Amino acid sequence: MTLLCFDDTFDGFLTLIFESYRLKIIPDKIIGKSEEQLFLFSRPVFIPAEAEKSDRVWNKIIERTSKDNADRIYRVFMSEVPGSRMLIYEFIRLMTERNYNIEADFTLRPVLEINKLHRKVAREADRIRMFTRFQKTAEKSYFAAFSPQYNVLPLVINHFTDRFSDQEWIIYDLKRNFGFYSDKKETSRISFTDLPVNPVNGQLYESFHDPEERSFQELWRKYYNSIKIEERSNYKLHRQMLPRRFWRYLTEKG
Amino acid sequence: MITEKIFEKLKILADSAKYDVSCASSGTERPNKPGMIGNASAWGICHSFSEDGRCISLMKVMQSNNCIYDCAYCVNRRSNDHPRASFTPQEVSDLTIGFYRRNYIEGLFLSSGVLRNPDYTMEQMISTVKDLRMRHSYNGYIHMKVIPGCSRELILEAGSWADRLSVNMEIASEENLKFLAPEKNYEGILKPIRMITDRISENREDRRKCRKVNKFTPAGQSTQLIVGATPENDRTILSLAGKLYSHRKLKRVYYSGYIPVNDYDRRLPVLSSPPLQREHRLYQADWLLRFYGFSVDEIVNEQHPDLDLVFDPKMNYALRNPELFPVDVNRADYQMLLKVPGIGVHSANLIVSSRRYSRLNSDHLKKIGVVMKRAQYFITCNELGPLRKVTGLDPELVRHLMLSGQKPSGAIQLPLYQPAELYDKYLK
Ligand code: SF4
Repeated sequence: MTLLCFDDTFDGFLTLIFESYRLKIIPDKIIGKSEEQLFLFSRPVFIPAEAEKSDRVWNKIIERTSKDNADRIYRVFMSEVPGSRMLIYEFIRLMTERNYNIEADFTLRPVLEINKLHRKVAREADRIRMFTRFQKTAEKSYFAAFSPQYNVLPLVINHFTDRFSDQEWIIYDLKRNFGFYSDKKETSRISFTDLPVNPVNGQLYESFHDPEERSFQELWRKYYNSIKIEERSNYKLHRQMLPRRFWRYLTEKG
Repeated sequence: MITEKIFEKLKILADSAKYDVSCASSGTERPNKPGMIGNASAWGICHSFSEDGRCISLMKVMQSNNCIYDCAYCVNRRSNDHPRASFTPQEVSDLTIGFYRRNYIEGLFLSSGVLRNPDYTMEQMISTVKDLRMRHSYNGYIHMKVIPGCSRELILEAGSWADRLSVNMEIASEENLKFLAPEKNYEGILKPIRMITDRISENREDRRKCRKVNKFTPAGQSTQLIVGATPENDRTILSLAGKLYSHRKLKRVYYSGYIPVNDYDRRLPVLSSPPLQREHRLYQADWLLRFYGFSVDEIVNEQHPDLDLVFDPKMNYALRNPELFPVDVNRADYQMLLKVPGIGVHSANLIVSSRRYSRLNSDHLKKIGVVMKRAQYFITCNELGPLRKVTGLDPELVRHLMLSGQKPSGAIQLPLYQPAELYDKYLK
């Protein structure tokens, strides 16, 4: 079995694709560095990331298809779903073989699969835009934490940077243990070893909260409970729109 | 400082505002400005969903639920013995900003009962949004109700602070409006609607000449119609909506199934439950008007003045016009594809782009997302030749076949804020 291994980044992944073409090695599986120890008997070939090579693949995708399609590929990569990397690999193979833009040819299986998966990821990203709940801290900055299903925080961070540009904030992915910090000027990636956070609901420990934080959470719960219209109750729809896995992080469901 | 009193007021004034259905916050795209808090995204974001499945996007509160009017269908009418409260402008703006900074909400939806007189009420509401914009440097979304009868100057000022204004029509015929709300009349409601429409187009002209001119209600205006409190049929309602879209350029018309809040009032019908299925059909019809190129007459007409509660309006259209079908998916133009039951905007787009490469068969159609259970009677594709078609069949039989494979209707209820609207951006 031919195993190709990259450094877990998107750049690394695109470089891997570049090298596989150059060296004419067709992988059976593409794995990230963090998964390497899962393979006992096969020796994966590690391919280090090179910005120049990764850029060439990225630009090729845009050139042969479109920017929208390149973004779809990026979202599929961020899904981290088993098989998604080979799916992209397959797509790129078809893209280079055919002499037309295949992005809308849904009779090709990879095109269809990419379209399905990218929409799931986009949907999760939307949900993060919707369901992120900041807690105000004693230092007058804002903190939010949760565990998204796909690795979507990097996809939505610009939205938060733009919207909350006059407050200091941290948004943290507890599952993948990294997040983003904005100091009003710049947003950067961060990682903590000892967050003062209750992992069950993403709440900071009480002593880190602003004195009014509890009241605001109460107010929001009060509002949430006041506006439902009894005569229209529809719990099925409610759960469909607000999936259960988000509830523990949501102030109004607390 | 947050006091007990604020909790109490929020409870009363959110409770009083909840029957106002419009929740969409979309329609404006405004990037953040340096040093300010907030932006408005064109697609409007829901931030939560209440237990009735409705989207919570804006903090919907009333400035006050005191009212000098006595509209029969309203909880806040003056003759109701009902807890009353009023917010000060600062109280509303502090709450809004506190919620906004925590990402609970997309913005503010402010309405009010009529205090003293319309001008005074509008002044209070304007103070609130002005405080929010000035003192809190708030750049997020604001939807504001216009109180019919207020002065032109106040409407102009409101529109310079708010993203969207709305004047509620409430009842789809003037006669019945007067019957239920003796203090209101159509001229009083249509005047501000016209004024806002005109001002929006003037403003667009001005901005074309000079980009520095501030925008006036960049997200346009909307209105609401109550359904089921009065005997108008769906044709009357949809014709009014159609005119509001085409002549007055409204962004949205909201339909609100009447909820019997004042069942003691003899002028109102006795309903066992709100007409949610009818409301749902009206939203579907509205959708066809705005995105599927249907005209009002194609949806309801003299012979069929009411929407069918069993089948959706598009299915009904197809069954009433069997001569237009079957449609060949490998040839038909986009507009015709949109008229086929089971084919949506998304799948119509995919059909048009995919068939350039190969002829589509039913398998492709399924993968593309066409609902074959519905579409099969109305299309032909590569190998779908000999299947039963509406032309060869009696439309009545198709009705029957559809029904036998369908869950009993009545239970189906769509969220007011169609999720499709949210995801449309990926469906291009
Ligand atoms: S004017 Fe508005 S708040 Fe007052 S009774 Fe009529 S609908 Fe209710």
